[in-house]
Amino acid sequence: MHQHKQKPKNKEERRVRANDRDYNEKFQYASNCIMTSKYNIITFLPVNLFEQFQEVANTYFLFLLILQLIPQISSLSWFTTIVPLALVLSITAVKDATDDYFRHKSDNQVNNRQSQVLIRGLLQNEKWMNVRVGDIIKLENNQFVAADLLLLSSSEPHGLCYIETAELDGETNMKVRQSVSVTSELGDQNNLASFDGEVVCEPPNNKLDRFCGTLYWRDKKYTLTNQNMLLRGCVLRNTEACYGLVIFAGPDTKLMQNSGRTKFKRTSIDRLMNTLVLWIFGFLVCMGVILAVGNAVWEREVGSLFQSYLPWDPPVDNFLFSAFLSFWSYVIILNTVVPISLYVSVEVIRLGHSYFINWDQQMFCSQCNTAAEARTTTLNEELGQVEYIFSDKTGTLTQNIMSFNKCSINGQTYGKYTHTHTLSGRFIRLDFTPFNPLADPNFCFYDDTLLESVKVGDSHTHEFFRLLSLCHTVMSEEKSEGELVYKAQSPDEGALVTAARNFGFVFRSRTPGTITTTEIGRPVTYTLLAILDFNNIRKRMSVIVRNPEGRIRLYCKGADTVLLERLHPCNQELMNITSDHLNEYAADGLRTLALAYRDLSEDEWEAWSESHRCADKATNCREDRLAAAYEEIEQDMMLLGATAIEDKLQEGVPETIAVLSLANIKIWVLTGDKQETAVNIGYSCKMLTDNMTEVFIIRGHTVQSVRQDFRSVSLEGQEGDGTGGEGGKQLQCPPPPPSNLMDNISGEFALVINGHSLAHALEADMEMEFVSTACACKAVICCRVTPLQKAQVVELIKKHKKAVTLAIGDGANDVSMIKSAHIGVGISGQEGIQAVLASDYSFSQFRFLQRLLLVHGRWSYLRMCRFLCYFFYKNFAFTMVHFWFGFFCGFSAQTVYDQYFITLYNIVYTSLPVLAMGIFDQDVPDQRSLEYPKLYEPGQLNLLFNKREFFICIAQGIYTSVVLFFVPCAVLSDATQSTGVPLADYQTFAVTTATALVIVVSVQIALDTGFWTVFNHVFVWGSLGSYFTIMFALHSQTLFKIFPNQFHFVGSAQSTLLQPVVWLTIALATAICIVPVLAFRFLKVDLKPQLSDTVRKHTQTQRFYH
Amino acid sequence: MGRTKKMVKEELANRPDNTAFTQQRLPAWQPMLSAGIVIPGFVIIGLAFIGIGVALFVTSQSIQLLELDYTGVEQTSPCFKCSDPNAKNCMCELTFSTDTLFKGPVFFYYGLSNYFQNYRSYGVSKDDDQLSGNLDNFKSPSDTCAPYEYDRNNKPFVPCGAVANSLFNDTFKLYQIVNGAKKVVPLDGKGISWWTDYNIKYRNPAVTPLKNAFNGTVKPLYWSKPAYELDPSDPANNGFINQDFLVWMRRAALPDFRKLYRRITDGDYAEGLPAGNYSLQIAYNYPVLSFEGRKKVVFSNVSWMGGKNEFLGIAYLVIGSLCVVMSVVMLIVYAKFKFPEEE
Repeated sequence: MHQHKQKPKNKEERRVRANDRDYNEKFQYASNCIMTSKYNIITFLPVNLFEQFQEVANTYFLFLLILQLIPQISSLSWFTTIVPLALVLSITAVKDATDDYFRHKSDNQVNNRQSQVLIRGLLQNEKWMNVRVGDIIKLENNQFVAADLLLLSSSEPHGLCYIETAELDGETNMKVRQSVSVTSELGDQNNLASFDGEVVCEPPNNKLDRFCGTLYWRDKKYTLTNQNMLLRGCVLRNTEACYGLVIFAGPDTKLMQNSGRTKFKRTSIDRLMNTLVLWIFGFLVCMGVILAVGNAVWEREVGSLFQSYLPWDPPVDNFLFSAFLSFWSYVIILNTVVPISLYVSVEVIRLGHSYFINWDQQMFCSQCNTAAEARTTTLNEELGQVEYIFSDKTGTLTQNIMSFNKCSINGQTYGKYTHTHTLSGRFIRLDFTPFNPLADPNFCFYDDTLLESVKVGDSHTHEFFRLLSLCHTVMSEEKSEGELVYKAQSPDEGALVTAARNFGFVFRSRTPGTITTTEIGRPVTYTLLAILDFNNIRKRMSVIVRNPEGRIRLYCKGADTVLLERLHPCNQELMNITSDHLNEYAADGLRTLALAYRDLSEDEWEAWSESHRCADKATNCREDRLAAAYEEIEQDMMLLGATAIEDKLQEGVPETIAVLSLANIKIWVLTGDKQETAVNIGYSCKMLTDNMTEVFIIRGHTVQSVRQDFRSVSLEGQEGDGTGGEGGKQLQCPPPPPSNLMDNISGEFALVINGHSLAHALEADMEMEFVSTACACKAVICCRVTPLQKAQVVELIKKHKKAVTLAIGDGANDVSMIKSAHIGVGISGQEGIQAVLASDYSFSQFRFLQRLLLVHGRWSYLRMCRFLCYFFYKNFAFTMVHFWFGFFCGFSAQTVYDQYFITLYNIVYTSLPVLAMGIFDQDVPDQRSLEYPKLYEPGQLNLLFNKREFFICIAQGIYTSVVLFFVPCAVLSDATQSTGVPLADYQTFAVTTATALVIVVSVQIALDTGFWTVFNHVFVWGSLGSYFTIMFALHSQTLFKIFPNQFHFVGSAQSTLLQPVVWLTIALATAICIVPVLAFRFLKVDLKPQLSDTVRKHTQTQRFYH
Repeated sequence: MGRTKKMVKEELANRPDNTAFTQQRLPAWQPMLSAGIVIPGFVIIGLAFIGIGVALFVTSQSIQLLELDYTGVEQTSPCFKCSDPNAKNCMCELTFSTDTLFKGPVFFYYGLSNYFQNYRSYGVSKDDDQLSGNLDNFKSPSDTCAPYEYDRNNKPFVPCGAVANSLFNDTFKLYQIVNGAKKVVPLDGKGISWWTDYNIKYRNPAVTPLKNAFNGTVKPLYWSKPAYELDPSDPANNGFINQDFLVWMRRAALPDFRKLYRRITDGDYAEGLPAGNYSLQIAYNYPVLSFEGRKKVVFSNVSWMGGKNEFLGIAYLVIGSLCVVMSVVMLIVYAKFKFPEEE
């Protein structure tokens, strides 16, 4: 696609000339210095502040601060805004600074790694950051590759070298790289120093498995591919040394190009919160307008007459202007309804929850020594709202530890035991050692007829295992004689090669041109003519080898669907038998592959080899042409047989799925496996059960047939009469029923859909039908799906169901799905760490998912909701008092409280108790959440915090503010001290109201807190204590004597709080605020108990009796 | 052996700590709103509130209170003549009688209505540095005092600002009419302000005589006497620590307020005001009619809980009764819908 875009010339291609810094400098390529950090010491403050002020809330408070500097408007001292703002900004800044410090540290460490650079014929030690594009550098064994290099030569024969790409893509097996033959002869430094080839290649990109370029040297062109490249982040293994030419450096390397920021995910609570904050803004403006109108009226009716005592300020010459100023003044004093500390507190709470996930021992896998990890700290509460889980199968539901289990050779099936059968003593594990000293002792097989067949020298059996020992990309390491270790890219391959090894066809070692095996004790070396790679589209791989006798043969293994189509017609009979076997295996939940070979004549090989070379050299559409060339030769093959590999279910998978579906979470399995395998796994993990009314299978190949399938499903569903059985009914009767009827069907259904049908189902005109059908089913299995389709399915549900989705997977093919779901979970297992790197949460066992969702997710959601409810409540209770006071003070924006109280209320007096609740609260213990999965439902239905709950909180806050204003107002207006001094002065009123407020909100948080840990106690009592301590300090004589201008309230605390009337007032106000809440909650628990109330009560009773 | 142990340890190096904190198993108190707590709680709170309410109500009933409006709005009012804004140095006299002994100590308040001491720009219009005796602020008052910062000749007002300027300046004399003759009821003006105001917040500059400190300043616009001559009878009761001034400066929270004027504690009246006829002589200086304000005097005695306050007692009674009623309702509901225990 980028070819269509017009870009400047140097963006289209990159030219690098070896050993010529002057030439390369013209292009101003990036140096090898990487910088992932965002700031340095000088830029930190301005850049960080700039970033922070891009948050609307922060800008709003800055705007307020500016308003406060205008004397006519300033109804509050500037510090009431700046102190909280500074606190919020500095907490964020400290967090950013710490993050950046660690980035600096790792950057420095990487940039200062040493590498050997060939400069003017001499090897010199240079720091990584000083390496330039076009330099030739020398790598030694076990060193990290410093930049993206073109491999020039190596100490190993044929210019080969081995790399490990764990840091790049997480795959731990070794890979081979080979230099272009012409440069591999360069050998030592002196030759390399005079090397002046020029590389023309594609611009920097993030495709790890692709490189396209040409080397021009001595008037010749050489094609360069990914096979010639050593990428930054790889480690050189099993190779003494090698030389490479730097092509991409620093930020241009594929590693860095891949570390782009992932899309920022937001939770639904986040979005709701933003909406609510906007509403509150609107509310604030309304309040401001009401009070400004009040001010206008008051100034006209009363203020203008009151001028003998209070003339209008010089700029104020009429009531309208006064009202205008009053509006802004009220915006300032009512600003606390928009809580400045909301976002920061939410972040702190989420961070706490993330740590609890990381710390959870019950999500720690001791076999692989990995703890669960919350890689994103911003999504926790959404874990409590998941409705759809999209799961990969292999490695997620299963262990991805493959064992060669059964095989079919020339129409004869071998292998008896599968995991699903109970292990009784009837099957004896084969002992290979007497037969084969090279056998892997861990290999299990339970059918001695196969071994017999090898022993008697059945040619088909031999060819079968020969194929397995030759047709693969496994690397071997022979540490000592006979002690072989295989490193395979996929566990399937490893299992097959190991099987061949045990049956006497031992793969020993490989070079780019040869494969050495030991066949029944006899060493044989095959010439490797070509490898026809595996990919997801071809679904097969082949090798072409020449045996020592000189015969050329193509060996192919691949998915049965593609392979059986390419057989020679004479195989028909064998194919039928093998197909039956394959179906049998698949029904047992095994992964199957078909094997075939083809003999090639010398001429055929020559001809094909020529066309292959052509395709290989092509610069455009190279991949397509290669695929066409492969296709050409993989024809007319002879069937050898089939293999069946078992992938065992992970521990606890059926139980987890059962619990999750009880929690009303719908689980969809999206897998690349065959339909039969997938269905079988579905049964073994209890997703599909025999109790299900119907299992629908959609496997049409055309739009029409898929549509028909759906309609028949709808019809069946409507009847809902439980015809039962094996499913897969394909009725041929339209008319289509309206699809929304699907919501009303009864009974349990399951849907199995094939990849090619899914492609049609995902098209715009059918997706509604698909969604409504699929969502009516209890379980959905999509088989044979591509990675892109996985993401499309997730997007579809996101779009149509507005539900929270979670995708869980372990392989690179799950990355797109993990990224598009609301929450992505990566299983850190056998298949590298790409899925983990893309995920938001990672752990190593599928069964931890129930704890992540039902315990951590549920608690997070509960805590966040309780936190938000209380947070809005306390701010409204606090702020609205000013509104009521406005009606009694001429709408003059006089605050009710002391300005210090306003400053400290949100950040000191009331912040910690609610934070403690937000972090520690529990309604029911964790094991109860797992015992009663229904407890998860309030989160899915979004019951605990929504617009309705928000209005209830706001209403409660406003009610509290009414009580807090009018009760002291009514009591104090007539009250006097026992010395006769009236209590109706402003300062006494302020102290009384503030104290009542702090006490009421503290009692309220005490009521809201359901789980009083020591932290809750310390914070609640501490906050109350700090209120009185700080108030007495601020009202003390000492402070007044130092700043008489700042502390007007001197003596108010003692004078007020010594009055019994004041305490009676506070008690009265507290009772009026709290008693209705208490009664309401009690009646609610009593009349309409939520499940959590019942469970909680039950738990307590139990504890009481034990 | 040691090595294997170490190996095991290393293998599980990533195992999270097993502490009550990290595993979220901190010991915790988990209160529940169970019927056994809530219903008796409501009864207890209700009864306590009713008890307090009764006590407050009874106490409040025993307090005597006498209010006399002297604004002079009605033509029949003795102060009607003084309500004309052009009347200068107008005096008027109110008479009242008590049937029973007005138990002492009796407190004598003046009250203003529709008067916005709580208006924001009124409230900030003062200079705390000046009022704490800082001489620098005598010469150049803080600009918060606007518009009463400087007079037309650019001389600073001391004390500056709207609050001080609007000092209440009606004065009262109380007589008992005994056999047709007027007998002065002694009024005590000491200690009617807050202790902290008198001793800490407001300070005169350390200049003797006090008058000298006010050189180069002018008295507030509406004042008839400068600050250092507020109380000719008591030289110590002048300047910023004049009791009436302090009482006025402690601004009211609400637009209808009363402030303590004097106590009646001395001589024959220490036990209170005996039944009889009284005459209150008022020097009517303070105009309030222009903004429909009202002026009144209030006589009251106090109890342990201060002055008369019926609202508090009634509110306690109401809330207490509601609690008791609620507890009954809850009991009924609980009995009817209580948790099925077997669940």
